Amino acid sequence: MAINRDFIGRTYEFETPYQVGREKVREFATAIGDQNPLYHDVDAAKAAGHRDLIAPPTFPFVITYRAMIGAMGDPELNLNYAMVVHGEQQFTYSRPLYAGDEVIVDSVVADIAVIGRNELLTMEQHVKTLDGELIVTTKNVTVSRGTAPQEG
Amino acid sequence: MAAAVSVPSFDSVNVGDKIGPTTFPIQRINLIMYCGASGDFNVIHWNERIATAVGLPNVIAHGMFTMAQAARVLTDFVGDPSRVIDYGVRFTKPVPVPDDDTGTAVEVTGTVSEKRDDGTIVVDLNATANGVDVLGKARGIIRLRD
Repeated sequence: MAINRDFIGRTYEFETPYQVGREKVREFATAIGDQNPLYHDVDAAKAAGHRDLIAPPTFPFVITYRAMIGAMGDPELNLNYAMVVHGEQQFTYSRPLYAGDEVIVDSVVADIAVIGRNELLTMEQHVKTLDGELIVTTKNVTVSRGTAPQEG
Repeated sequence: MAAAVSVPSFDSVNVGDKIGPTTFPIQRINLIMYCGASGDFNVIHWNERIATAVGLPNVIAHGMFTMAQAARVLTDFVGDPSRVIDYGVRFTKPVPVPDDDTGTAVEVTGTVSEKRDDGTIVVDLNATANGVDVLGKARGIIRLRD
């Protein structure tokens, strides 16, 4: 069954703050095999002009994924999670994400489109501080396989 | 005393410059670690029985893991990862990771495709596993000049 088009433009606020921990940044960097000192060594990060460890470029997905699951889990959206694959991902930074940042996420259903037999759900998410300062905007395309409405 | 990070100068970079190729080996242990670090415990990334039952050739790497590996070509080049201000990819093919002592590998090459007046460069990334392109429209924007 097709994804509910009424959801285009809908916004979900994920208000539970996520605190970016130093050890989480180190764990994530270690998991991707990256020993860049700015992910591991606070002195090195400070020497490079930063206030704390930097989160790797794709780290915000750890945060936006949780918010996205919440939005996609809305039963009225009618998305079958067993049929989805990750189609596309983008991170656009307004400023670096640092260890110590406490952030919230809003998720906007930007588009629902049909390509062949598949549907593409595009979600735009904003990771921001509790004061509303935007840190990073992410775009996520989820492909729902074989769920496009069929003609005739 | 921490070593200073060396950022390449904008003037030293030319359109057409290649970065890499760099080869990133991937074994099952790396996917298990990424499950824990990212919180994405989808069974297709660690359970071969279920992965093959849903039609996959084997356990597959998280798309986000492959994306993170490809990003290292950008961050290793610039030194300071916060200078990668924009990064996007399409996931075009899964990366199967066999349960043996070698696993698989993703090979990533960057090409400088554009220099912009605002002091940024655009780097297009090509990523392959077993000779197959696994990312499409993979592109990073790096700020070299403040």
